[in-house]
Formats: sequence, structure tokens, C-alpha cells
Amino acid sequence: MKKALFTASLFTSLFMTAQITHAEVDAARQNELSYFVKHDCGSCHGMTLKGGLGPALTPELLSLKPKEFLVTTIMEGRKNTAMPPWKSMLSQGDAVWITEQLLNGSLQQTDLAKGQQANDTNPRVKK
Amino acid sequence: MLRLLLLSALLLCTSNSIAGGTGDLGIVIERADSSVQVIETTNNTSLGRIEGLGDLSHASAVYSRDGQYAYIFGRDGGLTKIDIVNKKIVKRIIQSGNSIGGAISQDGRLVAVSNYKPGGVKIFDSETLDLVADIPAEYDKGMLSKVIGLVDAPGQKFIFSLWDAGEIWVTDMSNPAKPQITKFKGIGLNPYDALITPDGRYYIAGLFGEDGMAMLDLWNLDAGVKRILDNYGKGEQKLPVYKMPHLEGWAIAGNLAFVPAVGRHEVLVIDTLSWTEAGRIKVHGQPVFVMARPDGRNIWVNFAVPNNDTLQVIDTQSLKIIKTLTPGKGVLHMEFEPRGEQVWASVRDEDRLAVFDTDTFEQVTSFPAKKPSGIFLTSRAHRTGL
Repeated sequence: MKKALFTASLFTSLFMTAQITHAEVDAARQNELSYFVKHDCGSCHGMTLKGGLGPALTPELLSLKPKEFLVTTIMEGRKNTAMPPWKSMLSQGDAVWITEQLLNGSLQQTDLAKGQQANDTNPRVKK
Repeated sequence: MLRLLLLSALLLCTSNSIAGGTGDLGIVIERADSSVQVIETTNNTSLGRIEGLGDLSHASAVYSRDGQYAYIFGRDGGLTKIDIVNKKIVKRIIQSGNSIGGAISQDGRLVAVSNYKPGGVKIFDSETLDLVADIPAEYDKGMLSKVIGLVDAPGQKFIFSLWDAGEIWVTDMSNPAKPQITKFKGIGLNPYDALITPDGRYYIAGLFGEDGMAMLDLWNLDAGVKRILDNYGKGEQKLPVYKMPHLEGWAIAGNLAFVPAVGRHEVLVIDTLSWTEAGRIKVHGQPVFVMARPDGRNIWVNFAVPNNDTLQVIDTQSLKIIKTLTPGKGVLHMEFEPRGEQVWASVRDEDRLAVFDTDTFEQVTSFPAKKPSGIFLTSRAHRTGL
């Protein structure tokens, strides 16, 4: 119970911080963060964010979790998983901005994963 | 006789003759553009591009033994067989929802893919990409593990590790219709990648969830899995790991092997006679690839974010860093030319490839590539585990 209360208050305080810092992410930083999510988060979560060693980061899945939990996960990591804390490279505002973009799906690339459906015959004759 | 002549003439017309052999060819994954660039290392030039390969984040490749075909393992479960001589897709299938890598069998006739979703390994005919065997990595009722560290081994074997289950499975494909699987359980928490020594004897999985590495002697399977380097990091605070290290190939020089430390700014040195720690080398960041020049005299290392603009070179006699290079942000991979006089590096954020002389460390050349990641030369075709 104590733990639950503590968690709740932690969420509340994070949420309040989130509200304050959100506006501080300027356009240049947004570009950097988009690139960061695609390529660096993407090395575990997939460049299309459909998952890899880490889980998929689609709006459908993420919207099942509280937003504050997502921000905390980015900043503090998840214990006993491969998710590291990113607070040495990201500010709280960065993490809030990333969370919002993940939740609204604006960082997902959908055209990439299709690939060409080619099926030519093998030019080489069997041994 | 006449019929034979006619047949060979016909074959010549349809088989796209190889102009100059394939021994100096290679490919570079362009991870954000669903394409690979075909390169050659005699004059260090780009020969063109093959497109339409799906999601290539974390893509890798293996080669047919003739070096004409590469099998590309994409993140989206795509397995694409490409002809790098004629620069075209031969066949492309989507074999799973999410895959991580693959291997080609000793005899070159089977291609295996390790999958995250659904967790397991699928094995295909390398000629046709027809499914030969489906091996779900079931470790508990209905529970499938993500599979990592898939390599080929002598005796027509594939070996791989189960991330979620902490197991190593040895699959004998001598009879493709009846895969024989030997499972080793309790090898350690969260194996993240694995490698096999060039002689095909030792399979070693790195552990993310605990200290040390799990080693299997394939010549003495009955001895089971042995833990090595298990003192490493004990009692010390774990550091965040910003990118999983890779264990690709085997950075070995004499009796010493070099592996990335997980989370630490260190390269670990292992004495391969006793399989004990022989030293730690402080490096610039968290190592990702630790690769030996083919002669074993130097080790080249790249790093995880935020230190991925740097390459460092370690001398294997003194165990000292002898050179630090800064090619630019996002140095994701390196590949040595077969005899080691030059090394290729992908510089992702600068959209270019850089080629260095491995003696002078001077940049020999550089040319554009779109968000390049893995570099794979055809010399891999003739090496176990690559």
C-alpha cells in the first residue's frame, strides 16, 4: 500500500513536471529526437517501431499504459530488462515529447516495411 | 553432343555470366532505404544498388559459396535472396513477423533464420527458399522465446540461443527431414548474442542478465555448457547499456580473444587456453563490435551512443590503444578486406562509407551510402559462423 501511494505520488509529480517542460522542445530538437527514436531506439524496437528485442512501440500498445509510466520508462529504464535509462542523454521534456509522438503515431514509418515482392527465376542452373 | 552444345549455349544466354568473379565483391546495408549497395574492394567502388528489401534495421547477410548470391535477413521477417552480380532480387519471402539474423549451412544448401516473432528458427532450401524445417523455440507450454546468436557449425549444424529462456540449442540438419535437436538449459539469463570460433569448435553466448559468458565445446557436447568470465562485474553496479554489443566472428590473436564488456567502457581479454580473464582494456565508450584484423595484430572497436563517432584500435601485443579515429557520428559497423590491409566503416549519420588503411590509419576513400549499417564482403562465404 505504501508502495502504491509512493508510486502514485511519483506519477503525479512526473506528470506535473511533464506539463511544465513540454513546451521547451524546439523544432531543431524535435528533429534530433525524431532521428534518435528512429535510429537509436530503433536498434532494439525496430526502425518502424514494430518491435525487436524490445517490444513494439505502437500507439495501440502504448495507449494501454499511463503516459507517466512511459515517460518514466524512457528516463529511468526498466529494471531486469534491456531497457536502459536515457536520462543522461534526454531531458524530461524530451521524454515527454517522445512519449506524445509515440502515442499519436507520428514517428512511425509505414511505407518502409513493405519491400518489393519480386519472384524472378533463379538464373543459375542447379548443380 | 549437338544437344549438349545447344544446351550449354542456351544456359550461357540465360545464366548471366559473371564478368570478373565475385571474390572482391560485397554489400552494404542501407538501413533506412530498403536497399543494399554492391561494392568491390579491388578499386573500392560502388557497383550499384538493389532495392525493395523491406525493413533493414538490424539487417544482416550471408553468402552462397560461389559468392554470387546473398541472403538478406530483414527486421520485418523478410528473407531475400539477391544476385549481387546481376544486381537483382532472385526471390523474396516474408517468413516471420520479426527476425534478427541468419546463417548458411556448412554445405551451403540450407539457410536458417532466427526469429523474434514467432520465436524460433526456420530453415530454408538455399536454392528455392522453400521451407525445410520449422523449429519453434518453445521453452514452456505455449511460450516461445526470441532467438539470437544463430550460427552454422561443422557437421551440418545450426546453433542458437534463447533470449527469454536461457538455453542453447544444437540442431543437426544432416537429415533435413529430421532435425536432431540437443537442448542445453539453464545456461544463464538473457543470452544476447553468440559466436563460434573459426575452427567451429566453441560456441560462446554473451549474457545480458548476469555476468560472464556461456561456452559450449562442440567437440565434447556431453561436457555441457561451461560458464566463463563469471567473476566479471560481480558486486559492481550495472551500467545502462545503450546498445546491445555484438559478438560477430571472433577477435582472436594467438591465445587471446577479445570481447565487448556489457555496459562498461572496456574490452575484455580472454586467455583461450584456460578460458579465464587475461585483462581489461579501457576504451572510449561501450563497445559494440570488437573485431580482429585478419592477421590478429590489431583489434578495431566501435561504440554505442553517445560515443558512436569514434573507432579505436588496440595492439594485441601490448594490449594498448594505438589509435583513435573519429570518422563521424553513427559508426555502426566495420568489415576488413579479406587479407586485412584495409577496413570499411559505415558512418550512418554522414551517409557515407569510409575506407581506412589499417597500417597508416589514413582514410583511403569515402563515398556516399544512404544510412549505411552492416558491411558484408563475399569472403564470408568461406568462413564458419559468418
